[in-house]
Amino acid sequence: MGGRGKLRDFSQYRSPIHVNTLVKKLHRIYPGGTLKIMEVCGTHTMAIARYGLRSLMPQGLCLISGPGCPVCVTPASIINAAISLSAFPDTAVLTFGDMMRVPGTAGTLELCRAKGADVRILYSSLDMLENAKKERNKHFVFISVGFETTTPGIALSILQAEKMGLENVSFLVANRLVIPALHALCSSEDIQIDGFLCPGHVSVIIGWGAYREIAERYNIPCVVAGFEPADIVMAVDELIERIANKTPGVGNAYERVVTEEGNKKALEVMEMVFKPAAAEWRGIGVIPDSGLVLRPQYAHFDALTRFEVPLVTQEEPAGCRCGDVLKGIIVPTECALFGKRCTPQAPVGPCMVSSEGSCAAYYTYGAGE
Amino acid sequence: MNEERILLHHGSGGRLSRDLVQNVIVPVFDNPALRRLEDASPIGSALGRMVMTTDSYVVQPLFFPGGDIGKLSICGTVNDLATAGATPVALSVGFIIEEGFALSDLRRILVSMKNTADSVPVPLVTGDTKVVEKTKGDGIYISTTGIGSVPEGIELTPVKVRPGDAVVINGPIGNHEASIICARNDFSLQSPVASDCAPLHGLMKAVIEKVPHTRCARDATRGGLASVLTEIIEASGYGIMLDEDSIRIDSDVRGICDILGMDPLFMANEGKMVIIVPTESAQTCIKAIETNNPKARAGVIGEVHDRAPRLTVRTRYGTSRIVTMPMGMQLPRIC
Repeated sequence: MGGRGKLRDFSQYRSPIHVNTLVKKLHRIYPGGTLKIMEVCGTHTMAIARYGLRSLMPQGLCLISGPGCPVCVTPASIINAAISLSAFPDTAVLTFGDMMRVPGTAGTLELCRAKGADVRILYSSLDMLENAKKERNKHFVFISVGFETTTPGIALSILQAEKMGLENVSFLVANRLVIPALHALCSSEDIQIDGFLCPGHVSVIIGWGAYREIAERYNIPCVVAGFEPADIVMAVDELIERIANKTPGVGNAYERVVTEEGNKKALEVMEMVFKPAAAEWRGIGVIPDSGLVLRPQYAHFDALTRFEVPLVTQEEPAGCRCGDVLKGIIVPTECALFGKRCTPQAPVGPCMVSSEGSCAAYYTYGAGE
Repeated sequence: MNEERILLHHGSGGRLSRDLVQNVIVPVFDNPALRRLEDASPIGSALGRMVMTTDSYVVQPLFFPGGDIGKLSICGTVNDLATAGATPVALSVGFIIEEGFALSDLRRILVSMKNTADSVPVPLVTGDTKVVEKTKGDGIYISTTGIGSVPEGIELTPVKVRPGDAVVINGPIGNHEASIICARNDFSLQSPVASDCAPLHGLMKAVIEKVPHTRCARDATRGGLASVLTEIIEASGYGIMLDEDSIRIDSDVRGICDILGMDPLFMANEGKMVIIVPTESAQTCIKAIETNNPKARAGVIGEVHDRAPRLTVRTRYGTSRIVTMPMGMQLPRIC
């Protein structure tokens, strides 16, 4: 592991010489046969496609994409609820940009805005509080999506709103947790995964120690990776070493920002505001304890209760295989709709919408020549 | 303080309208054609092949490092003419101004337009001003139309592109969009990066003088380098392979892209011309660009080929990836 300490400045993580050395090592240690490594995080999917890393992998080593794009796993029921909420008078719906184009069965938020609904794009949930303070006659609903990376910030906004006594804000909570999703993938019979390339940003919050239960229970190695080419290849090297040596366990190839215990403060804030609950993942179904709901003392911030809008589970559009893509059963190009009926211009499934979606990544950067 | 502002009556067609045009706008651009204040202005008798283009400018914020909506409205239209190898002959302008807009800001924009047009030089010969109710506009929108004359024997078109041709660009990419992102302050990013907003007709004139067989040119505005190259590929039927390492990107722009997850290939520019020339003329083309602007950092960034007609990038890692047209703008209202 001595090589890691030598990387100092940022540009080194992109150095072709360094990447090539790591790739050579990968080819040397690869045990042969077929191995499937799942990159859990959408940002990894994008980086792998952008740097063309798939074509550097030894034959038989497949990098498959997982359920780690928050937009992609948000079910149509949430989009439909957001659309219903935007129709209430004097109500503004606030959302991260990527959510605008995700199709629910009732259309998209983008279309609602074009028809006159007050739908605004935000970069941080904290900005909503400023809006709410200025426009007291308007009610603001925040579409709260994301994994452990974004959730603490949203939890903090809720605490702030409480402190400021803001009564004109509420949250449509659709946040998800990574570890329960990994449990669901590992327990599923139709999925075979030999190693997890674990999300760097999420791990900053939850810490690499959080993957121990996965590695130990299922004997699948987990290695946390950063997002530069050298980061990713280094993590794949470590995964292959662990697979070849039959020493699963957890590795951390993103030591410059990820610790074993994570960000305790962020975890505390999350814990204070939310508690885990069963949640629907688009295309995958309901996973126990994989979502978050507001604790009773903050329940008055729940948009669904406040506006009495129900969450109605929807069937996936005919032919859409986003679920199989999110589970790593197929690669995007194996879906019959890919690039034909489903494109970034007219997405059928959510994986084609978000810039982090596997299908969008394959479409934008090609499946590799 | 009684600040001067645009009133709805400034767009009424009555006395106030006339005052705004005569006292505020016309004196800035003063020229014989405009001075007549007629509904149609003469622009001299046409010589050679003429080209015409039009564009509208809705950028937010109106003022940003390296430029403003006024400078942009001249450069953008001049550059569209330049892609045809044309020398600008005349411009027209339409203003749509929101009630309450500060007259001082309008003056600042007019002076910037005037200075840019003078540097070309191209006269602004006719124009129109409308005022819309408060909240029905966003300060000011500007529309400009340009007419240009193309030297004899010059016809730039992607149809002329051939396998083996070199793809040349006149400098680093992404600066305009990066400067707009910082100026908007949505992300609280601070950076000295300035827009590359500049008229490029002189550059194109120099290039076609030295390389008359230049195939085609495109200014890489909205949608960035990737979009214009995709257009050229679709029109020519040939593919283009870019070499990632030879595409210059300033470190500040790179940093902003990294933080926001944007791809510089898709970032808007307002002073970058992509020029396709026969490969043996590539160095002459670069020299012509650098003679026209010694500060330009021009270079060959790719090659036309007759394999699949698509845009690919050879990465620094020896891998290649396909690049498809961006599905929309990464950010709205950048020009």
